[in-house]
Amino acid sequence: MHALTRWFAQIATVTLFNLRTIPERKGAAIAAAVGIAGVVAVFVGVLSIAEGFRQAMTISGSPDIAVVLRSGANTEMTSGFGREETRLISDAPGVAHNEHGALASSELFVIINLLKRSTGTEANVPLRGVEAAAFDVRNDIQFLRGRRFERGRNEVVAGLGAAREFDGLELGRKFAVGRSQWEVVGIFSAEGGIAESEIWSDASVLQAAFQRGPSWQSVYAKLTSPGAFAEFKDALTSNPQLNVKVVRQTDYYAEQSTALTKLITTIGVFIAMLMSLGAVFGALNTMYGAVAARTREIATLRALGFGGSPVIVSLLIESLALALAGGACGAAAAYLAFDGFTAATLNWQTFSQVAFAFAVTPKLLVVAILLAAVIGLVGGLFPAVRAARLPVASALRGA
Amino acid sequence: MKFLHLVWSNLKRRKLRTLLTVLSIVVAFLLFGFLCAIKAALTGGVSMAGIDRLVVRHKVSIIQLLPQSYEARIEQIHGVATAAHQTWFGGIYQDPKNFFPSMPVMPEKFLAMFPEFLLPESEKQAWLKTRAGAIVGRTTAQRFGWKIGDRVPISSPIWGRPGHEHNWEFEIVGLFDGAKKGTDTSQLFFHYDYFDEARVRGKGMVGWYTVRIKEPDRAAEIARKIDEEFANSPYETKTEPEGAFAQAFAAQIGNIGTILIAVLAAVFFTILLVAGNTMAQAVRERVEEIGVLKAMGFSNTLVLALILGESCLLAGVGGFLGLGLAWLITSSGNPVPSLLRVFYIPAADLAIGVALIAGLGLLAGLLPAAQGMRLRVAEALRRGA
Repeated sequence: MHALTRWFAQIATVTLFNLRTIPERKGAAIAAAVGIAGVVAVFVGVLSIAEGFRQAMTISGSPDIAVVLRSGANTEMTSGFGREETRLISDAPGVAHNEHGALASSELFVIINLLKRSTGTEANVPLRGVEAAAFDVRNDIQFLRGRRFERGRNEVVAGLGAAREFDGLELGRKFAVGRSQWEVVGIFSAEGGIAESEIWSDASVLQAAFQRGPSWQSVYAKLTSPGAFAEFKDALTSNPQLNVKVVRQTDYYAEQSTALTKLITTIGVFIAMLMSLGAVFGALNTMYGAVAARTREIATLRALGFGGSPVIVSLLIESLALALAGGACGAAAAYLAFDGFTAATLNWQTFSQVAFAFAVTPKLLVVAILLAAVIGLVGGLFPAVRAARLPVASALRGA
Repeated sequence: MKFLHLVWSNLKRRKLRTLLTVLSIVVAFLLFGFLCAIKAALTGGVSMAGIDRLVVRHKVSIIQLLPQSYEARIEQIHGVATAAHQTWFGGIYQDPKNFFPSMPVMPEKFLAMFPEFLLPESEKQAWLKTRAGAIVGRTTAQRFGWKIGDRVPISSPIWGRPGHEHNWEFEIVGLFDGAKKGTDTSQLFFHYDYFDEARVRGKGMVGWYTVRIKEPDRAAEIARKIDEEFANSPYETKTEPEGAFAQAFAAQIGNIGTILIAVLAAVFFTILLVAGNTMAQAVRERVEEIGVLKAMGFSNTLVLALILGESCLLAGVGGFLGLGLAWLITSSGNPVPSLLRVFYIPAADLAIGVALIAGLGLLAGLLPAAQGMRLRVAEALRRGA
């Protein structure tokens, strides 16, 4: 017990001594700390893009909303239904009802081109044709300004994200689609979810404008409860008149975001790993320099009776402290610079833009700090071992 | 040149420190190489675009179809040499994850429009004769191990089943290569006639036209004339040069260029700090020796040059190793063909890399070299030990 206390006391003494001499090695210490800060900042920055995109895609999914597509279609654009089919789907068991009828909206999904503000070039914007029930089917649509579009008129309502990222979607503005003019009569929010990147209009008006005839591409149905999904799905898949794919909205959105999220995460982790390797070399450099500069002091400590392991532990703590300081600065900088930064990018699977905000989550920050700690420990290990193995007599002589 | 030995021995003094600094520089340039490859994959269409080609698409968006009858009308317009259409087939081979682009085309016109696809004459003739034949780029062929003669089943969620067949099936009759390093050789092309006859919907409609014009300088004017031709029709068009089309497409992904430059700036700033610090330490330790050199008659400029030479050698060894390694790895194959269609480092970016190496070497050594240059001989000799 006494030996243990003595061991801790030795570590504390040497560590304090090491930390207090850091100002003498300002240059190298700052270089290592800044290197680690850079790794952490880039890591957090790039992964916050993936996280923000994933959040935008999945946050709006609800387990009690079902999405019905044609069998074999993996996105709305490749699906197609006729009037009979949409009627059969809306009448299926498990669908909730209100005083107006079934809470099911047959929808059309097309893409139009609008100018993207950040780049000044045209981009694919999703334009969705919905039925009146759509606003009751989805749980999270709230009108911030204006009103709903009127059926049969060339009116649209724009999501908050779409209005922000693309030119010409202010309330009251008209934009051209083909040969007709459409007026923006309302702006809605959807809790940051995917609907905010879309423009909505009346399905029948869209069908006429895009010469689609009586055809839709998907049916969004609100179920009586999340548990009613099985009943709903079985009724549809066993119906010989239908050839459909039924998924929960949550699963559908998760599917739609996998490719892009995977791409960004892979690239982000790859960049961070390479940068970490560089940071490890930088940290090693600093710590070897620290040991070299204090050869005599360490040898003196050893001669005085300090054990080898307190020297190792104290050097590791010193390296860790530098790394954590750098990591914390990098994390703070990344949070201030990136969190909430809005952007829009192309989702390959739906071939249209998704507006999202960079999301620096606590989990991301924790992982980043851990990364900094690992770099610090790896960077301090070999120099620490070398310091402990210094031959005391020759080191004292100043070799 | 005779001082190279001096510079080299100075670097060898503290082998470990030199090694670690060189390694961090290697990592930085390795990262630079990979990021350039990623940028080329995401935005490459722009540099591969033909200067004498325009793209004509439906005015509303590219997912809307245009009539096939437009081809003759486009070719009538003054300044247009020829027009060839393609349509997005959206074909899937076994699994959506295996995605590659597939398009029905008119073979002769298509190959004439895109000379960057190199197809042997014998294979071209075989294609013309085989109705259900398809040519596929070497990248995709290698990816799935396809050879000439293989029958490949492909499903299309967009177009559904072909006529009375169960599934679309093509016979591989040719493999094409790209004329340039960045040419996309992941695509599959088949006969439009076979496609139009077999599809159940949208007969007579195509996706977009590529138009070759006789005078590239008049591109904007000819583009306007094409759009005027179809204005106020049920299918209005938007025409732009192929480069602008690719540029707008790349911009849809986002400002990739800006993001990558920001990341690289962060990386290089930290490397500069590391290398600069190493050089500063090196000079500080050798103050006495620099004094000796000066006492011997080395001029100030020579001392400056020696120190700069040291930092440039450091940057050079690390930088060329890093760039070389990145080039080797990208040349050996594409690890994610479904996400990145091409994977190479453009020559222009390699040149930028070399310029960065020189810049790094000079900047890292600048401050220490200036200090070394200004040392007064007597003071320097007095310091030390």
